[in-house]
Amino acid sequence: MSTPKALLVATCVLLSVAAASAQGPKLGRPVTEADIAPWDISIMPDGTGLPAGAGTAAQGAKLYAERCSACHGDNGKGSEHGAAMVGGPARASLDGGKTIKNYWPYATTIFDFVRRAMPYSEPNSLSNDEVYAITAYILALNELIGQGDTMNAQTLPKVIMPNRDGFIVRFPDRI
Amino acid sequence: MALKRNPYANLDPVAGNGLLHRRALLRSGAIFAGAAAAGSAGSMTGAGAESLKDGPWSLEAGSVIPAYGVPSRFEKDVIRAVDNPDNVPRNSRARTPHHQLQGIITPNPLHFTICHGGIPDIDPAQHKLVIHGLVKQPLVFTLEELARYPHTSRIGFVECGGNSAPLFSNEPIQASVQALHGLASCAEWTGVLLSTLLEEAGVQPEAKWMIAEGADAPRLSRSVPLAKGLDDAMIALYQNGERINPGQGYPMRLWLPGYEGNMNVKYLRRIKLTTEPAMSYYESRTYAQVLPNGKSYRFYFLQEVKSFITHPSPGHQLREPGYHEISGVAYSGTGRITKVMVSADGGKSWGQAALQDPVLPKAFTRFRMPWRWDGGPAVLQSRAWDESGNMQPTRAEFVAVRGQTSRPPPVGAFPSQHFNAITSWAVDQKGGVRHVYA
Repeated sequence: MSTPKALLVATCVLLSVAAASAQGPKLGRPVTEADIAPWDISIMPDGTGLPAGAGTAAQGAKLYAERCSACHGDNGKGSEHGAAMVGGPARASLDGGKTIKNYWPYATTIFDFVRRAMPYSEPNSLSNDEVYAITAYILALNELIGQGDTMNAQTLPKVIMPNRDGFIVRFPDRI
Repeated sequence: MALKRNPYANLDPVAGNGLLHRRALLRSGAIFAGAAAAGSAGSMTGAGAESLKDGPWSLEAGSVIPAYGVPSRFEKDVIRAVDNPDNVPRNSRARTPHHQLQGIITPNPLHFTICHGGIPDIDPAQHKLVIHGLVKQPLVFTLEELARYPHTSRIGFVECGGNSAPLFSNEPIQASVQALHGLASCAEWTGVLLSTLLEEAGVQPEAKWMIAEGADAPRLSRSVPLAKGLDDAMIALYQNGERINPGQGYPMRLWLPGYEGNMNVKYLRRIKLTTEPAMSYYESRTYAQVLPNGKSYRFYFLQEVKSFITHPSPGHQLREPGYHEISGVAYSGTGRITKVMVSADGGKSWGQAALQDPVLPKAFTRFRMPWRWDGGPAVLQSRAWDESGNMQPTRAEFVAVRGQTSRPPPVGAFPSQHFNAITSWAVDQKGGVRHVYA
């Protein structure tokens, strides 16, 4: 049973809760983008975020043999431990066969994923130049760039990936 | 309740092949004893046939109470199925044993886990969460600081986009409900609403996406619509009351109720607001789904309405005809489950299952259906509806749109993702249970 006094108390409590939530605890400490830079490894499909550096397929071939082939097989052929970097069907299906050439929409994703996660057992051990070189090697294996092409922050986003327009956004109303 | 002359009068059939009205779940045991006797002559022998004696545990003092309780040694087989025990360099999974669990809460040690770079050993005192990008003021939080924020709790499921992928096979793969549907679990998550932190950082009007990134070796990252971040997204710190398990992202994970598991980034250390998605490996390749026409879906955020029967299911053995309870879980990324229908004749006729309270949005809901098995062949199915008006499709309806393989893949393969159609279990005359398409 609410009395006017109880109502007044309840209203005051509600107001004070509302005021508290409007202010918030504000315990986060301000940082600058310069402070965050070592962690900010995001790369966008247009190349935003790609670091300085460069590499060619020839440089990448040597690195690939040393650092990648144990899992991904000689010349990118794949093995039981790692996906093939080259070959595969013309088109992926439910039977499998998503490959860089027939599926991946953006070449920037290769650089990003290699830099983040590869080699699996030695993450974060490749320099930016080495990642560019390995990326160039994989793209050249798939005949998406020439053997002599240099990959860097300017050239990598311009690589045309065959399946770029092969996607449908499933829930556009939720973006 | 007055005893009825005929004990079966209230065991109303609601559908073919022995399904009973769900009100039978509320009836007294006497009725079921009668029903069981009717189902199998001689089933009432045993318990009263020999005199009772004490077990050794009744004649000696018990053991010390452990500091952290663990299940009985007799429950040693109730474990996750792990697919990378030697930690070879690839992703690893542990699947929930749904056929051995009840209710809606998955115990923390049995919650499904997928890691794409192993489980990191993170010191919570050194972990930080950064919010930056298109914000007025980039901020960094420690766990200690987040612990002072208003907390909120919510029970909800997490489901891998690849859960149930074996059902894309053109032929039914013989495996347990754990192998087929074990990449989904449900827990109470407690933490801080992400919207609170985003408001403090000050969202810029042009921000439309957020890139969430973990502190694990692959710094796993996914692009998430900012709309979800401002809606019901949580920085989860606790799982069923205790700090989240390392397999779930200790010391903190992003939890997006109802959204694809991989988007719920674990070991969360960075959220960057952007105008566009980053097209990371996981959103542009792994979690994009090939369609029969060769095009692919991307940004399949939602885990859609789904259910499956956990009891009985493959590996279970019905010992004798008579009364059995069919039960399972239903859940939807678009709200509460409103109805679950069960069939015992492969979808020819359906009866409405009882939904066990609580029925919560974007959470497992336990359904139960009383069944009197006559000892003949049966095909059990469940079908769920949610409050947004979505209905779980039949497998035939689903495959017409999403396709299937041309040959059976290995049970652990992922031909595609976001399979939410009906699962069928066939019970044979010996009481064995197999996976079928019906």
